[in-house]
Amino acid sequence: MALEDKLYTLKYTPDTTSHLKPDMNDCKRCDKRACTTVCPAKVYEWQNDNMTVNFENCLECGACRIVCPYKSLKWEYPKGTKGVTFKLG
Amino acid sequence: MKELNKTDVIVVGGGPAGISCAITIARGGKKVVLIERGAFAGSKNVFGGAIYTQPTKEIFPDFETTAPLERHNTEHKFLILGENDSTSISYKNKIGGSYTVIRGNFDRWMAEKAKETGVYLVEKTVVRELIQENGRVIGVKTELENYFADVVILADGVNSLLAKQIGLRKDFEPKDVALSVKEVLKLDTGKINERFNLSDNEGCIHEIFGGPMLGMLGLGFMYTNKDTITIGLGLTLSELAERGLKPYEVLEDLKSHPTIAPLIKDAVLEEYSAHLIPEGGYKKVPKLVSDGVLIVGDAGMLVNNLHWEGTNLAMLSGKYAGETVLEAYNQNDFTEKTLKRYEEKLKNSFVMKDLKTYKDLMDIAHKKSDSFMDYYLRTINSFFEMFTTVDSVPKREKYLSFIKKFLQDRGIKGLFSDLWNGIKLVWSILWH
Repeated sequence: MALEDKLYTLKYTPDTTSHLKPDMNDCKRCDKRACTTVCPAKVYEWQNDNMTVNFENCLECGACRIVCPYKSLKWEYPKGTKGVTFKLG
Repeated sequence: MKELNKTDVIVVGGGPAGISCAITIARGGKKVVLIERGAFAGSKNVFGGAIYTQPTKEIFPDFETTAPLERHNTEHKFLILGENDSTSISYKNKIGGSYTVIRGNFDRWMAEKAKETGVYLVEKTVVRELIQENGRVIGVKTELENYFADVVILADGVNSLLAKQIGLRKDFEPKDVALSVKEVLKLDTGKINERFNLSDNEGCIHEIFGGPMLGMLGLGFMYTNKDTITIGLGLTLSELAERGLKPYEVLEDLKSHPTIAPLIKDAVLEEYSAHLIPEGGYKKVPKLVSDGVLIVGDAGMLVNNLHWEGTNLAMLSGKYAGETVLEAYNQNDFTEKTLKRYEEKLKNSFVMKDLKTYKDLMDIAHKKSDSFMDYYLRTINSFFEMFTTVDSVPKREKYLSFIKKFLQDRGIKGLFSDLWNGIKLVWSILWH
């Protein structure tokens, strides 16, 4: 089953702006890019030289903030009415 | 101006720790505001899992008859998965000391109980910052307003940005936290009973070693609920990062293991989720007390990883914090000096004692994951494969060649190191 199908089982109330703010200067020179594999929702994706932040899929776990080697990922919870809702958890 | 929006106690986080703390304080006659960032208590929370009867009774004495419970666990199974084979040990006891629950339902029930005792629950609100005056926490800043209190309890979970903000804890290193992914799969109650050999209200907790996690610091789990199965795994974040693994792909591999797949055949995915689990143990527990503030639950990294105890430690730490706050009201002193009693209560209880018992576990496990979490798991399966295979090879030859392979593969040096670390681990668990 593809990850997209799994994320589909979740209730999301996306905001218009991202609650995740990586530092693009650091991202561009990062060679490990662990956030792209570690994220359980594939929020971080690279296409050529550009990284997209699919913050709408975020499960708010915090893994990306911790694996960032530069510790420059600004990580906040989404606004109180936004983000993911686990019906079962 | 400061007298507006003032209450006795503010608890940040409507999880097991926060709710237990709030309820304890409300029962003691004080005003509590419980602030939860999710739409409802439990909506931003994830766990395995099961709750233990005894500790839960300390907060909710009649929960067994009134709470939304899934199954009563009467079996605890340990599965050691090889690449394609497995060896299992199962302990069954009708008495059983735990229940599987669904977080979303159970936390909401706990929150209702809290409201019944007078706790004022505020949902969909994020506490962005703590407000301090002369180094003492006096309130919180949400997206809308500032609220003030005599004491603030931080029950804001594994990431606790608030504890970080006031310098009580540093952020995790990847080796001190595990990332867990899990799936709740719908499966007919009758099928669950049949496949797991259970009657309607009986459940089985599965602890899974090896399989796709061979050689890594990780564990799998599977729980039986009324009409769903929970399956998931937790892997130390540093392992995932270093190996470039995607957690959901490792979970797919676990689900397709020949021992696991038949158990979940035709089950339909109801919900996927992920969460972090503190793994640092005793050595990484932050400062839990400061002027005007206490830390409970995962925010204080109070998790016993070997035994999968997090929820019960959260509830009990919430209770101890609540009791401490009530004592502080008797003395009208909310400085660290008085609030420090919370740490003493923890130290004198199994909560801190157990964390201390296992303080060296993670270090040794990290060092020895190639042997304890790989070689020996494979060896157990190889042994039973050899023992149960009937062919024309004489038994004595089988035994001797098994032992020879064991000594050669691991080497004398390796075996001694394993034995030495095993002894060190047992020693650290039995003595301090």
